Amino acid sequence: MAITSPSTKIWWNEPISKQELIWITIAFLWGLVMFFMMIYWHGAGEQNLSSEAYRIKPEVFAERTQAMIDEYTVREEAGFPVVRPPPGSDIYMLARLWQWWPILELEKDKSYRLHLSSLDYQHGFSLQPVNINLQVHPDYEMVVTLTPNQAGEFGVICNEYCGIGHHDMIGKIYVVE
Amino acid sequence: MSTQTEFRICATTGFKIDRNAEKLIKANAVVAVVFLAIGGLFGLLVALTRWPAVHFLPADMFYLALTAHGLDVLLVWVIFFEMALLYFTSTVLLNSRMAAPRWGWVAFFEMLIGALMVNVAVLQGDSSVMFTSYVPMRASPMFYLGLIIFAVGALTVCAIFFATLVIAKQEKTYEGSVPLVTFGALVAAIIAVFTLASGAVILIPTFLWSIGLVSHIDPLMYKTIWWAMGHSSQQINMAAQVAIWYAIPAMLFGAKPLSEKVSRMAFLMYILFLQLASAHHLLVEPGLASEWKIFNTSYALYLAVLGSMIHGMSIPGAIEVAQRRRGFNRGIFEWLRKAPWGNPAFSGMFMSLVMFGFLGGISGVVMGTEQINLIMHNTIYVPGHFHATVVAGTTLAFMAMTYLLVPLIFQREVMFPKLARLQPYLFGLGAAGISVFMMGAGTLGVPRRSWDISGADALLPYDFAGAAYMMMGLNGMAAVLAAIGGLSFIVIVVGSVFFGRRIGDTEAIVLQADAAAVGQYGSSDSHDIRGTLVLVAVFFISFVLYYFVNWKYLSEVWPLS
Repeated sequence: MAITSPSTKIWWNEPISKQELIWITIAFLWGLVMFFMMIYWHGAGEQNLSSEAYRIKPEVFAERTQAMIDEYTVREEAGFPVVRPPPGSDIYMLARLWQWWPILELEKDKSYRLHLSSLDYQHGFSLQPVNINLQVHPDYEMVVTLTPNQAGEFGVICNEYCGIGHHDMIGKIYVVE
Repeated sequence: MSTQTEFRICATTGFKIDRNAEKLIKANAVVAVVFLAIGGLFGLLVALTRWPAVHFLPADMFYLALTAHGLDVLLVWVIFFEMALLYFTSTVLLNSRMAAPRWGWVAFFEMLIGALMVNVAVLQGDSSVMFTSYVPMRASPMFYLGLIIFAVGALTVCAIFFATLVIAKQEKTYEGSVPLVTFGALVAAIIAVFTLASGAVILIPTFLWSIGLVSHIDPLMYKTIWWAMGHSSQQINMAAQVAIWYAIPAMLFGAKPLSEKVSRMAFLMYILFLQLASAHHLLVEPGLASEWKIFNTSYALYLAVLGSMIHGMSIPGAIEVAQRRRGFNRGIFEWLRKAPWGNPAFSGMFMSLVMFGFLGGISGVVMGTEQINLIMHNTIYVPGHFHATVVAGTTLAFMAMTYLLVPLIFQREVMFPKLARLQPYLFGLGAAGISVFMMGAGTLGVPRRSWDISGADALLPYDFAGAAYMMMGLNGMAAVLAAIGGLSFIVIVVGSVFFGRRIGDTEAIVLQADAAAVGQYGSSDSHDIRGTLVLVAVFFISFVLYYFVNWKYLSEVWPLS
């Protein structure tokens, strides 16, 4: 029994039944499939997270974001600047208690280098309803090349708990044709 | 230590039980259940708040309750219960006296004081930092100190466990190798040492930071090490619950693993690879290399998953073989149909096994895939997954085990037998509902740890799909069902332990009379496990399909690189 010592003292010499051997083999091979699937997707898939990141001081990140806002703001909405930077450029979204700043307006099927960082706590960049989720840290700047493939209005929800206003931390990205 | 060792002989099982160990098993199990009740209540409040139509608590109380819920159940309940299991498997199952009983009590009070300190800190309202307490968000110093004291207590129990194994070996209280269940507990204890040590490495500096002695804690470093505790502590549960899955069928009908060698190898995989899972929480963090993520998130080549998949065949297989020996030999599934479904120890154990595998295991592997994590990270899919593993899996398994510990260790009859028959189904169904509906809401993007998804007070609005609200409502209803099941468990256990009819050593009520008779057979190719093969095939097909469906979902989101 499993709650008593093995009845055969030399249990490690007992043969393994064929059924178990087959299952172990299948399970091992399936593990290999899943392992190589991740590597395969780096070559064949279009959704891979870059590991490009830099250490950055919050005030430096805030300055760079402000420079983009100063240059490309096209209008205002609910107190947020709506910024439309040229395709292919470096764009910034800054997380702070409890805002995603500013609102970005992007063009469909064009690529942008999105820079993300936080000025205070950790935040979660959750693009909805696309459902792309990235972790945003203070002191680290993450750079992701993003290519919106649908037009419309998208929400940026914070999905890392960041204090009492966490659920109100909603930002916006527009994608236009 | 000069403490006198007294034994009683359990007439049901013939085990020699050290009275000191018995008292510690009782104390740890009772405190565990009390914290399950407290943590469960906080969980119900959380679920009622996230039920959009009810939206029960105000925001500040919600985040407080969510912090307390995580700590009390994910840490305090499971670890206290695991301490009881460590004492049980090292003393009772080995017929041994325990090492250093006084240190057992020191550890017990350390853990209790630590747990109380954390609860007080959270209830004071200035430590609503969630279970994870990610820096630079700061809790009160008492919060971190309580966790450290708790961890020291648990480490002490692990040391006592190891020392007891040495004593049992030296005093030759058993012959040959330790039982498989004790081996599983040993694996749990080894993982616990790694886990608690990681906790100390990160929580001690964080405590010093909270009182101003350390100026800065790097948030990414914190997360990497914190999860070496946070995730690995769930692997203690994993090893402990697998040990229970082996123990209950052995105690009920003398089930024997198909192969000692295979089952022990599968346990060994846990020690070697489970700890890499810290990476599961770091798949969308800035700056980590893909090579590192792929190796770690897959536990090397999914070798820990391999271990679990082996247990997934070995355990039902052991049950099937034992049941067929008892005469339930007709067709493919008579052994399962005629299993003791009215015995809460069995029904709880079997549901725990199935739900852990199908809901928790598959979702965990899929979510832990490097790229697929992009469409799941920090959505409510994540709590959906771990409620399948820790609630439907671990907690239900621990509840099932409790139904055997009450007569064997507390020597009381289980009260309210009709309710007890029903209890695992209530709790299991509720827990399965919680898991499935949260996962469903997560695929629709609903964030975890959020008081309100309507964005009613936000400057910029965002509307989730109607289905997301429906999923959260269903989750609330499932949580109510689970709470009823949980409350039933508390009533039954507390009632039985304090007011149940005392049963003498001569009354055999748990173990079936034919238990020993079927325990004798060797491993061979003659095992008839057709039913198990069907179950395993269904599991494998579900796994493969669900895995590739999620790659399909991923391929449809915005390209990013």
